[in-house]
Amino acid sequence: MAVRTPLIIVLLSALTALFFLSVIIGPAGITMADTLRALLWGQGEAATLVMREIRLPRAILAVMVGASLGLAGAAMQGYLRNPLAEPGLIGVSGSAALGAVIVLQTGLAAVWWLALPFAALGGALASVLLILLLAGPRGSSLTLILAGIAISALAGAMTTLVLNLSPNPFAASEVVFWMMGSLSDRSFDHVWIALPFMIIGWILLLSLGRPLDVLTLGEDAAATMGVATGRTRLVLVLGIAACVGAATAVAGAIGFVGLVVPHILRPFVGARPSSLLWASALGGAVMVLAADLAVRLILPDRDLKLGVLMAIIGAPFFLHLIYKTRGEVR
Amino acid sequence: MTLLELDHLTVRRGECPVVDHVTLPVAAGECVGLIGPNGAGKTTLMRAALGLEPFSGTSSLAMLTAVERARTAAFLPQARQIAWPMDVETLVALGRVPHLPRGTAPGAVDRAAVDDALHRLGLDGFRQRIATQLSGGEQGRVLIARALAQQTPLLLADEPIAGLDPAQQIATMQVFAGLAQEGRAVIVSLHDLGLAARHCTRLILMHQGRLVADGTPNQVLTPELMAQVFGISIWRQDSPLGPVLQPMGVL
Repeated sequence: MAVRTPLIIVLLSALTALFFLSVIIGPAGITMADTLRALLWGQGEAATLVMREIRLPRAILAVMVGASLGLAGAAMQGYLRNPLAEPGLIGVSGSAALGAVIVLQTGLAAVWWLALPFAALGGALASVLLILLLAGPRGSSLTLILAGIAISALAGAMTTLVLNLSPNPFAASEVVFWMMGSLSDRSFDHVWIALPFMIIGWILLLSLGRPLDVLTLGEDAAATMGVATGRTRLVLVLGIAACVGAATAVAGAIGFVGLVVPHILRPFVGARPSSLLWASALGGAVMVLAADLAVRLILPDRDLKLGVLMAIIGAPFFLHLIYKTRGEVR
Repeated sequence: MTLLELDHLTVRRGECPVVDHVTLPVAAGECVGLIGPNGAGKTTLMRAALGLEPFSGTSSLAMLTAVERARTAAFLPQARQIAWPMDVETLVALGRVPHLPRGTAPGAVDRAAVDDALHRLGLDGFRQRIATQLSGGEQGRVLIARALAQQTPLLLADEPIAGLDPAQQIATMQVFAGLAQEGRAVIVSLHDLGLAARHCTRLILMHQGRLVADGTPNQVLTPELMAQVFGISIWRQDSPLGPVLQPMGVL
């Protein structure tokens, strides 16, 4: 059950190092010693504000969002027994973003602070249910991808419809933010909005280790080995909706994390779905931290969006995976 | 001791009964061969008996809770599914899951069960091999080993020897017969009537969802029943090496 020790050490060290870098690197031009002093012992001067209100929540959000997306990807792949299943790719993130955009444009988000996460979660939930309904429990690659294309297209169309009909001149930049995904200008408010939902999602998905392991042998074998298949599906749907919904509510639609991370880590955990859950949560956090750092370093003045960078890295991976599995597509 | 009790088990697809009022007790020590043409209802009978399929009538297994059932009966589905490139030992060890309460790691008993299952199927040298890279027949044996590792009193195997080479077909049937001799029970569906005649203690013949014959291989593998159900002629002889049966032609 446990993730192999060297892997967990590598991932945790990478996580710590990148978190540290994420906090000390930024456009404010503060030296490393000053950043730490400001973070730990500061008393309200500008550097302390930058550290505590901008960089720290951003780094924490990168860890939370990355862990959620990596975990959701690993869980969905384990359940559908398909390495191409990824919440961002098959429209779950897009649907969550649609929910977020609707409550933002209608002003509901300003009325009730929980409206935003709940709407994103609702969007994610609806799309996961639709995917499972369309693709069936076996999740054959072909129907899964087709269902994903349809749901992505629908969510994208609805999002641009909201943009189209919005009387608000700021709508365009808002909607673009949700569609591209970013961690810039986030605060601790965002951490507190997302964290409760993510924790619930993490608990739900991490509890699925054993059922997912046994599902390797197929639904019938799993059912005769004591796995409650209906309950497993319910926990999976709720867990993915909570993770992806909360991540999208604070960072917009960020794809490919749940595709790339489990794919890289699978060989290191002996392909065991239960171990892959933990490994992908850590690996997802590492990847989003690294990508968010890269976004700040590559084009510091142009506000490169995190979701765009992830897509640039992730899409070739997706092509590679399709190439590898093309013989098995049913 | 009766390990499985089916009473008027019926499964319908729409109006059409796929399994039609099958009544059947299976006792410890029996190696039951389930034979019949394609579409006779063998797979559906097994799945319904395990509660994987809605049915009317009763099945003693379907009345158990999921965990109790997993400790009573192991099932080897016909479709050989290994979704991820796991090593053989890990895959076979999945059979121990029903015996491990949540959060406990496999112990000495579990490792012994896995070793025993691997050994019985001649897979000792395959432990570290990646299961998905093995040949179809080897994968089939790995999955049989998984079901054996579950160490249940009853084993239901759906066409386990399809696609195995002759030596492995015989070896596998001998493993099943051995389990029966140890006081467990096996229900195995198969199409090789010769192997059924030699290794099963009892045969159940199904045709169009109904149980047509139930008895010793001698009672069931008669030229009349084979002609009626399969539409074939057979040649049968009791040799010094045991019964020999060969399907000869289509009638």
